[in-house]
Amino acid sequence: MIRLATRSLLSAIPVLLIVSLISFGLMRLIPGDPAAAIAGISATPAQIAQLRQDLGLDEPLLFQLLQYYKGLFQGDFGRSLLLGKGVLAATAERLPVTIGLSLYAMIFTLIIGIGCGIIAALRQNSWVDQAAMMFAMIGISVPNFFLGLLMIILFAVKLGWLPSGGYIPFTENPWGWLQSTAMPAFSLALLQAGLLARITRSSMLEVLRQDYIRTARAKGLPGRVVIFKHALSNALIPIVTVVGIIVSLLLSGAVVTESLFSLPGMGLLLTQAVLNRDYPMVQGGLLLVTGFLVAVNIAVDMLYAVLDPRVRYD
Amino acid sequence: MSLLEVQDLTTAFMTGRGEVNAVEDVSFSLNEGEILGIVGESGSGKSVTALSIMGLLPSPPARIAAGQVRFAGQTLTGLSERQMQPIRGPGIGMIFQEPMTSLNPVFSIGDQIMETIRAHERLPQAQLRARAVAMLDKVGIPAAARRLDDYPHQMSGGQRQRVMIAMALACRPRLLIADEPTTALDVTIQAQILDLLMDLRDEFGMAIIIITHNMGVIAETADRVLVMYAGRVIEEAPAARIFDHPRHPYTRGLLECVPSLTEDRARLVAIPGTLPEPARRPAGCRFAPRCAHAEPSCTQAVPALESLEPSHTAACFRARELSR
Repeated sequence: MIRLATRSLLSAIPVLLIVSLISFGLMRLIPGDPAAAIAGISATPAQIAQLRQDLGLDEPLLFQLLQYYKGLFQGDFGRSLLLGKGVLAATAERLPVTIGLSLYAMIFTLIIGIGCGIIAALRQNSWVDQAAMMFAMIGISVPNFFLGLLMIILFAVKLGWLPSGGYIPFTENPWGWLQSTAMPAFSLALLQAGLLARITRSSMLEVLRQDYIRTARAKGLPGRVVIFKHALSNALIPIVTVVGIIVSLLLSGAVVTESLFSLPGMGLLLTQAVLNRDYPMVQGGLLLVTGFLVAVNIAVDMLYAVLDPRVRYD
Repeated sequence: MSLLEVQDLTTAFMTGRGEVNAVEDVSFSLNEGEILGIVGESGSGKSVTALSIMGLLPSPPARIAAGQVRFAGQTLTGLSERQMQPIRGPGIGMIFQEPMTSLNPVFSIGDQIMETIRAHERLPQAQLRARAVAMLDKVGIPAAARRLDDYPHQMSGGQRQRVMIAMALACRPRLLIADEPTTALDVTIQAQILDLLMDLRDEFGMAIIIITHNMGVIAETADRVLVMYAGRVIEEAPAARIFDHPRHPYTRGLLECVPSLTEDRARLVAIPGTLPEPARRPAGCRFAPRCAHAEPSCTQAVPALESLEPSHTAACFRARELSR
């Protein structure tokens, strides 16, 4: 178990290195000049040149890269050019919103996805199965921004049950947070839930055919023990892999959802940073989000070991 | 009254080409403490018969189309899944051919034995554990108390089959169905497992149905033998009779297939042809196309089981004349 954890942690280092290199390179490959963006339309070329020099953007690229890494090793992610505050501080403000949204969406995804998958597998080829898979197909096909719009029209405009936008931090008002984030979380979750339902169904069907399920029934165990203990615990192993991927899909999906529902999250922050060529913010923000994702994936690897003794003892 | 009575059992499977009978008109009975061997080639309907008794066939596609199964005076056919639960375990235990895949890989063997007992009896945890250790000890797992927390992948095939036996016997069933219990094991382990089953029968006094395609297994264990071919019982007799005086040409063929060390044969004897698929069974006697003694009249009707001697029946039109 400890060896597994160390191995995952070590493999995270090259991932973070490559991501930092790519974000650094890509930002400088796209046209546009942060100095011009900051200085505004009315700035003279001399002012812009001065600003470039102040920001260190006139230095050779390699030197800028080394400076960037030097900062990183000292725990300094740089300062946002646009917001005038530290990248770390800006991220600390916004990342919780995105993580909260993703977590909320994750709960929807797990309940709907695994629930539909199990029911469909247990009633294979019945109308329940067909209905669940149809629902999953709709979830997969409908783009989440479109679903979000439909939900705003129905629940916010027509019925007035939920707010159409705005964000209430969980720490201020948990119930308000649950309400204000419900629609974004659900619209974000539905695609993933459809995916998960299909995978749960096939994984469950596969497991239900196994010899040990027959053994469990031959021992006279009640049906719920056979399904929820013997079948589900095995079916969950492939599902966990998908859940790891779903976390990253939720985070990237959050970018669109946040702008649709105007939630002040990481997605909105990074979109603005890219549009304004805020190099340090994009680089640092991406690196921190990557770090979070890597941590989630390490947790998923650990979860394998909990679920499957064959992994635990390797 | 016998412990188990199977009457005219017919089990059908829905296939792409309509419904076919995997097992047809199978009847037999079994007394307390008796060991019945069911022999036949793969696909002859042995396992389907056993799974029909246990109600473990997936439905659909399988269904019991006719006949009934009575166990200890209770009719099992037609019972719901929930009604079958108290029978499975304390009534009838079952072990399977594949010990490698019959145990759940993600739970410890102790957990899997204890949950069986817990499903049928209310016992405090400490007693459950003690009983599981005692069972493991009984089936010959060394250092049983320590191995209780082991997972199936940490054990060999023979040990896993022992665990399966411990699990099936944990609730002291009155009948144990062993479906090819030694087929997947090494020859040396096979003998050990068979010896173990015999010892446990003597200790617990349970009846056993042992399903196999191996005549050697039958010779070592069974009191009585049922020979199946293409879904039907074609001969039934006490084990000694089957080996001395087989009456059905198929049974004779099976016995000739057993290699012998004392006789000098150039090559192994085999029954020509293959077992017909359930959907393509020939008319009349199903063995006729492969039978050396078949006559045109054999394909006219299905031969019924006929009593040739007390407690010896065979389903062959020519049984009487051929055995002379």
